[in-house]
Amino acid sequence: MNFKTLLAGTALALGLAGAAAAEGPVKAGFIYVGPRNDGGWSQHHHEAAVEMIEHFGGAVELVEQESVPEGPDAERAMTQMALGGADVIFTTSFGFMDPTINVAAKFPDVKFEHATGYKTADNVGVYSARFYEGRAVQGYLAGKMTKTNKIGYIGSFPIPEVIRGINASFLHAKKVNPDVEMSVIWINTWFDPAKEADAAQAMIDQGIDVVLQHTDSTAPQIAAQKAGNVYTFGQAADMAEFAPMPRISSIIDVWAPYYIERVQAVLDGTWESDNTWDGIGAGMVGIGEISDAVPADIKAEAEALRDSIASGEFHPFTGPINKQDGSVWLAEGEVADDGTLAGMNFYVEGLTGEIPQ
Amino acid sequence: MNLDSINWILLLASLMVASTPILLAAIGELVVERAGVLNLGVEGMMITGAICGFAISVETQSATLGFIAAAIAGAAISMLFGLLTQYLLSNQVATGLALTLFGLGFSALIGQGYIGIKGLSAPNIHIPVISDIPIIGPVLFQHDLMVYVSILLIAATWATLKYTRAGLILRAVGENHEAAHALGYKVIRIRLTAIAFGGACAGLGGAYLSIVRVPQWTEGLTAGAGWIALALVVFASWKPWRVLIGAYIFGGLTVLQLNLQAAGFKIPVEYLSMSPYLITILVLVVMSSGRSRAALNAPAELGRSFHASS
Repeated sequence: MNFKTLLAGTALALGLAGAAAAEGPVKAGFIYVGPRNDGGWSQHHHEAAVEMIEHFGGAVELVEQESVPEGPDAERAMTQMALGGADVIFTTSFGFMDPTINVAAKFPDVKFEHATGYKTADNVGVYSARFYEGRAVQGYLAGKMTKTNKIGYIGSFPIPEVIRGINASFLHAKKVNPDVEMSVIWINTWFDPAKEADAAQAMIDQGIDVVLQHTDSTAPQIAAQKAGNVYTFGQAADMAEFAPMPRISSIIDVWAPYYIERVQAVLDGTWESDNTWDGIGAGMVGIGEISDAVPADIKAEAEALRDSIASGEFHPFTGPINKQDGSVWLAEGEVADDGTLAGMNFYVEGLTGEIPQ
Repeated sequence: MNLDSINWILLLASLMVASTPILLAAIGELVVERAGVLNLGVEGMMITGAICGFAISVETQSATLGFIAAAIAGAAISMLFGLLTQYLLSNQVATGLALTLFGLGFSALIGQGYIGIKGLSAPNIHIPVISDIPIIGPVLFQHDLMVYVSILLIAATWATLKYTRAGLILRAVGENHEAAHALGYKVIRIRLTAIAFGGACAGLGGAYLSIVRVPQWTEGLTAGAGWIALALVVFASWKPWRVLIGAYIFGGLTVLQLNLQAAGFKIPVEYLSMSPYLITILVLVVMSSGRSRAALNAPAELGRSFHASS
């Protein structure tokens, strides 16, 4: 085939694709930061997307792009998807925030939904889950279950979402176990099994016996399983294959209802930019089965905590809470407002170490 | 900061584990370069070994078969490089880079069905008596077999290069292929053997990541380890035992970095994360400043193609 026929062929194929996009069903695009079978975060978005597609039958078509790095390449992926005729694009990682805003400005007719961010536009909505509610339950379990009084938290990037998780889990671990200490290791990636395994191993070597992770792979679970007497929590996905030990519970992201609702809005033509932030109560955050490795009374208390958060009766950030430097953040009985939580960039009192700037 | 909370014995032990992949890949590349061939495809061969080893170990439930498969896969893909550079006389730098890119894509392709699957748990060896010696026991004698294989491989490479006729011929080919050819040695055949050995070692290194250290498969699992292995060979000035030292320094820095963080050491994470790479640059600068010495150590025919008629 010579160059001209190649060009002609490509042009024809593009033309056909364009025509198909104009007449076909609503196209919903999803951009994932990791592989869609990472066993955690991205897989859960993918599964929710598939559930959404099944709900709508033939009315909605799914396009996906996996393992998209956070950075300039993300804009390329989104642009390509928008040019490919997507009507709504879900960008499912914090680092896609600015690329999403940039691309959305170029495609005013395409709707964008960015997960876990805070920047909105006329055609960009944001959605996130109040994972810190689940972290509070995990912190409670960690404080009760640790024998060495040392717990570890594998952090990905020092962004508000992760810092909220660290603070929420530490506060509740400390509440039930005043002697508890928490070590944080930042690995600057959402998904790198080798790094995650090494970080978990470093913690275990130092006598940490409860490891919380804010990264997406199951590698820390494997490291804990090898060590034997270490407890972990599933992240984003249930990771039930590691129950009852080391995984004693988990935070499960439940995105499907939200996806169905938003795509329905696109179908109806009623879509508007929104800022959704739901927690356990609304069903966006699920607490995975607390395994038998946890004594029954502790399990019951943890479930009671979960239920009180779900009903709105208790807020995980209720004063008195001081900041790391000892200054007062929340007075007795005061509850954190969403604005502060959304931009949280400080540790609470008792945490050692610094947040990387 | 609380340095007491770091368990230095366990740190040394995990250092050995963290260093093994780059150690294996680097010793293979050292042999290749001593034969006068520069193969920049280490990363690609490592990751091909990683997925093939992982796949076979999962299918057969045998870590040993996994490692054998990884070595074969690494050697096989390195033959692609061998064929192109030795017979078709393509540029070694460009072909090596292409091999890396090819390996990354190829491994992602065949790895599609293996993402998220749990690997085997390779048992650590517990050598009686000596593994119970305090301090030295847990640091040196409680690892999995591959850690010892990698050290044996260093020793064997060193002895072969230094004391055997085969080693002498290999070095002769790397130092002056015209002379070796004139003496009747099959330069191409010797180089292909070295390349295959390098590929097999890189494959083992990759498989160590996917079978023992993580153990899991994900795209881009090796995350630049192949490049560190390449730097290591230069760092070691093409001497086997220095590869061992260099690998343990690099591995040690990675592990120490995480341990210091866990201990609440107040140093910005970024400095610790980049320290292995900074040290590589520093060593390269220091080494190349002593120009005569470094130049003496590099194989004279490194990266140059050989054709009998030229």
